[in-house]
Amino acid sequence: MKLHHLAHARAGDKGDISCISVIAYKPEDYPTLQRELTAEKVKAHFQGIVQGDVERYELPNIHALNFVLHGALGGGVTRSLAMDAHGKSLSYAMLDMEIEP
Amino acid sequence: MSKTIRIGAGAAYSGDRVEPAVELARDGKLDYLVFECLAERTIALAQQVRRKDPTRGYDPLLEKRMHAVLELCARNKVRIITNMGAANPESAAEKTRDIARAHGLHGLKIAAITGDDVLGQVQGSQIPTLDTNEPIRAYDNRMVSANAYLGAQPIVEALAAGADVIIAGRIADPALFLAPLVHEFGWSMDDWTRLGRGTAVGHLLECGGQVTGGYFAEPGPKDVPGLARLGFPMAEVREDGNAIITKVPGSGGKVSAATCKEQLLYEVHDPKKYFQPDVVADFSKIRVTELAPDRVLIEDADGTPRTDTLKVTVGYLDGFIGEGEISYAGANALARGQLARDIVRERLHLTGAKFDEIRFDLIGVDSLHGEHISAQAPEPREVRLRVAARTTSLADAQAIGEEVETLWVNGPAGGGGARKYAREVLAVHSVLLPRAQVATNVKILES
Repeated sequence: MKLHHLAHARAGDKGDISCISVIAYKPEDYPTLQRELTAEKVKAHFQGIVQGDVERYELPNIHALNFVLHGALGGGVTRSLAMDAHGKSLSYAMLDMEIEP
Repeated sequence: MSKTIRIGAGAAYSGDRVEPAVELARDGKLDYLVFECLAERTIALAQQVRRKDPTRGYDPLLEKRMHAVLELCARNKVRIITNMGAANPESAAEKTRDIARAHGLHGLKIAAITGDDVLGQVQGSQIPTLDTNEPIRAYDNRMVSANAYLGAQPIVEALAAGADVIIAGRIADPALFLAPLVHEFGWSMDDWTRLGRGTAVGHLLECGGQVTGGYFAEPGPKDVPGLARLGFPMAEVREDGNAIITKVPGSGGKVSAATCKEQLLYEVHDPKKYFQPDVVADFSKIRVTELAPDRVLIEDADGTPRTDTLKVTVGYLDGFIGEGEISYAGANALARGQLARDIVRERLHLTGAKFDEIRFDLIGVDSLHGEHISAQAPEPREVRLRVAARTTSLADAQAIGEEVETLWVNGPAGGGGARKYAREVLAVHSVLLPRAQVATNVKILES
């Protein structure tokens, strides 16, 4: 199923880094996110967009994962040639991931 | 009952809506109204304005906002804190004093905070940039601005001196909200837990409508009522730094655990280490609890000692970008868009167009999420070709859009809505400057 069914997300930017949070709607789905959304899988999903490493941080208190995608914004928000230079829309790229429920 | 301080967020960026700030000033029962108006490169743009006119270089909406809220704030005893000074806090303070007088407000104290401009300290410096690691002096001849992210201290000084309106340039966004808490509760500047909690409050409020349902709504899974009347947020903060995030009753939008969680992690990397001038905040143990509709309790943020450096954003000129766009719709729209793309690519080669980097997008197909993620999508009815290139001259940038525009007559069938743009690029780098090299100053005017 699509991650979109279990979670919501928000993307932010700093230089050439995109930070994307993934938050479970229901606490009981948080372990599924932990299991399915490894940094490796996220990096593979974002191939062609992310040039560098992907880091993952866990926030069990709020049932959220926070991903830091290095080299994801076309060299940086202020000089990128991309239409969405901030990568604001990348939260919904994340929610397009296929996961095992 | 112990003291609670009420802080509202009147703006999340320079061009933000003004009515929600008026609503907060009028109905929010606030103690403080904060306007956060500086994005990463806003100050570099403002510095260019100031070079042309030394009396300007502050936020373009400063006058509109002050006309809208000064009287209300004076009447309701709401103190204003803002970074709308941008590249010229002193002129912004003088302008605000004049507006206060025009509204018949006399004796209002308006503070200008300076010292964030560190161009002199950065030019010629060996300090490495954070992303490319080259010495920043490599950018000396293209450098437009260098501004350090100041902490809460100069605002606390201005509040202690009785300022009613405080106008700064670059100050870390959360520090605009942390400062009044330090002032009101007398928090020590090494009480890392409270500074971390105040930072969490500031972080939740600094993007305005992003915590009240803006940048959040999605019909179906995340419905938000009244988005056209979106209320901006306010916090009721206790002495221990824990706080309730809420909004003016009756305003549009909503504050829920979900809206707060999304904003809490916005632009945060490691949640245990959110680097700020006054503290390294720790959001990893935060608890978020819905107490009632539009009332969310935020508890247990924390912090560790601040670092010895301040982050500096350096603005520099980085060539030009030229863009051109044209649309296709209906039968075979995708094939016509692809043909248009191939024609432009060949034409730029044939005409010897000069550029350093180029990008071809098919809007409606893969322009936002790239080829891999977009591969499974069905064929769209409408496709818009976009060509963007980085160039060293304005003329070369203009040539990109002009080439796309010629498709109107010379390209595939049914091409419409051609547009062309060319602009100079103002890019930014970041460096870390030792604190000792940054000195701040508070100057107070009276209306």
